[in-house]
Amino acid sequence: MSADRREWPLYEVFVRGKRGLNHVHVGSLHAPDDAMALRHARDVYTRRNEGVSIWVVRTDAITASSPDEKDPLFAPNGDKVYRHPTFYEIPENVPHM
Amino acid sequence: MTTTPAEPELQERLQAGFDATIARNDRIEPRDWMPDDYRRTLVRQIAQHAHSEIIGMQPEGAWIGRAPSLRRKAILLAKVQDEAGHGLYLYSACETLGVSRIELTELLLAGRQKYSSIFNYPTLSYADVGTIGWLVDGAAICNQVPLCRTSYGPYGRAMIRICKEESFHQRQGYELLMTMMRGTDAQRAMVQESVDRFWWPSLMMFGPPDGESPNSARSMAWGVKRNSNDELRQRFVDMTVPQADALGVTLPDPDLRWNEERGHHDFGDPDWAELAAVIRGDGPCNAERLRHRRTAHEDGAWVREAASAFASRSAEVAASASAGPSGGAGAR
Amino acid sequence: MNDDHGSVFDGLIGGDSAQWAFGTDFEDPLAGVDTTVPDGVDHAELAAYCLMLGDDALIMSQRLSEWCSRAPDLEEDIALANIALDLLGQARLLLARAAAADPVVVPALPEGSPVPAEDALAFFRDAGQFGNVRLAEVANGDFAHVIVRLLLFSVSRLALLERLRASIDTVLAHVAAKGVKELTYHRDWAARWFLTLAGGTEESRRRLVTALGDLWPYQPELVATHPVELSLARAGVGVDPATTRAEVDGILDQVFAMSGVARPDRPPLEGEGGRTGRHGTHTEALSGLLAEMQVVARAHPSGRW
Ligand SMILES: [Fe+2]
Ligand SMILES: [Fe+2]
Repeated sequence: MSADRREWPLYEVFVRGKRGLNHVHVGSLHAPDDAMALRHARDVYTRRNEGVSIWVVRTDAITASSPDEKDPLFAPNGDKVYRHPTFYEIPENVPHM
Repeated sequence: MTTTPAEPELQERLQAGFDATIARNDRIEPRDWMPDDYRRTLVRQIAQHAHSEIIGMQPEGAWIGRAPSLRRKAILLAKVQDEAGHGLYLYSACETLGVSRIELTELLLAGRQKYSSIFNYPTLSYADVGTIGWLVDGAAICNQVPLCRTSYGPYGRAMIRICKEESFHQRQGYELLMTMMRGTDAQRAMVQESVDRFWWPSLMMFGPPDGESPNSARSMAWGVKRNSNDELRQRFVDMTVPQADALGVTLPDPDLRWNEERGHHDFGDPDWAELAAVIRGDGPCNAERLRHRRTAHEDGAWVREAASAFASRSAEVAASASAGPSGGAGAR
Repeated sequence: MNDDHGSVFDGLIGGDSAQWAFGTDFEDPLAGVDTTVPDGVDHAELAAYCLMLGDDALIMSQRLSEWCSRAPDLEEDIALANIALDLLGQARLLLARAAAADPVVVPALPEGSPVPAEDALAFFRDAGQFGNVRLAEVANGDFAHVIVRLLLFSVSRLALLERLRASIDTVLAHVAAKGVKELTYHRDWAARWFLTLAGGTEESRRRLVTALGDLWPYQPELVATHPVELSLARAGVGVDPATTRAEVDGILDQVFAMSGVARPDRPPLEGEGGRTGRHGTHTEALSGLLAEMQVVARAHPSGRW
């Protein structure tokens, strides 16, 4: 992916929705570097929801197991993060928004 | 025996494994072996879907600046922003099949990949924002909910996330129309006029009739598609009619009526020649939509390039800084 | 028959709306907040002050949202929309506060019009009644332009809101506390892009320096003091922007130094006879912006949206 200089490299995004949970893979995005990838992840996958922890890792930095197994790049289906997006939550100190 | 390449045998074994996964209703994942045609079909379908999300930002996006209340402005901006996110999730799913976002974007701009015909219709009043949410996002939900169970894992996962947001989209649209129907006569007329324009194009969103949909059967066998075009269209009509009643608008189809025997609504035929023309590129806004997208893409080239250059320069600085005490200082 | 479809459509008519942030529970932006004006505070001044801060956010948000579907990449499109949404939220609260503090500021609408006060303020005032700084209203340019504008705007607004958290007016303190979190991110995002464009390619650097030169004359207005600001600062309600000047200068100089970009040497854009955006004296750009923003609302003064 990084070979094409017209396009930023691909990153995988992992989000811990709340304390006590594992980080879960939620998707991918493009960014020029790690620092920007973190900002993009916040904007794309958590929007304005605060207080979550985000990991980003370049896709080409991931070593994966053999093809016959389930792809480790992707978490199992039961994950809560993207089944229950809380995109439109606004900090609780703002009533009725 | 062992000296000859076991190519055909391996191929058969891989194909059998793939077929078994599909037969079990299980998911195919990116690193699994898959037939070339399956990969091609997926890329075509997911890319077309992704392009539709991105092009679909335009007809509604044009009204963000004119939204008539602060609340509606926030809702519309959040909605159109969601569509950018949907495009992003879907391009990502496509990238697991080995095609990059920029390649797909270039195929779109070259006219070699399609997007949904519905976005080639113009938005002429603020009621269109409501109608698009209700009918267009509603039709999209009908198409997309079954895709949450599509056989390709990353596509299905993207669809789950998308469907959650689509139901917010449909809801906001319907709520806008309901509110306008409680407003002035002019607003009610605006709603009806908008529904009149969008009803038939919405029905066309499900694609040509089953008999004329060349790729459908194979896509269904592969579990890439889960329901036929006509099945989904019928579902959409059956669900929409009571909603239209609750709203107090008339759907512009004289043949629309409940068929007790079938347990479904009968309805008229959309103008398939019009659909063919819009898909061919002769719709009211085809050229305009692509031009808008091309301008954004080209205007952004220097930014994307600058960020890449900055990133590699920073990486060099970091590398030379960690290489030794003489490295880092004054690198720039 | 409708198996999995049913669940998606069930929510459409009636049902639980709690999960929908923009569902039906969005009516009163200040519901639950103590809106009494503190003793001894001049209502007209408080309203004027809220309009200044609210108009800054509203007009800035309007310009940012014009980027929607036009950004260099999808990630940036989403980021710009987030920032526009944050500012729009602030505007809504501040305009509602202005109306509550002094209903006289709300434009008159036809008898029985259901248009809420904050919308009447946003959509039925003319340019001369807007109190935003002129930086917010100038027409959009390229991506460097939006980055520079956002950097200048967010550095000042964050410094201001940080101080405003101590306001004796509950509503302002509340809006400021929420806004500080938002502006912290806006400033970070803009500064990061400023560094990126400065250190990217020759072209990006040239565009950045051009945009900075073009927008710099509007910067001093962000830290200038209007009499209402001074008076409310004395009352413990508002913040005198002049008190943020040292901090704002320091942060900007830091960003300039890190980017290797010289602080522009261009004189401030003077107002007419000392009157600037805060006094309702604007550039040509504002009336054009308002013509678009207000067109639908004004066509339906008794409309329900
Ligand atoms: Fe969508
Ligand atoms: Fe949608």
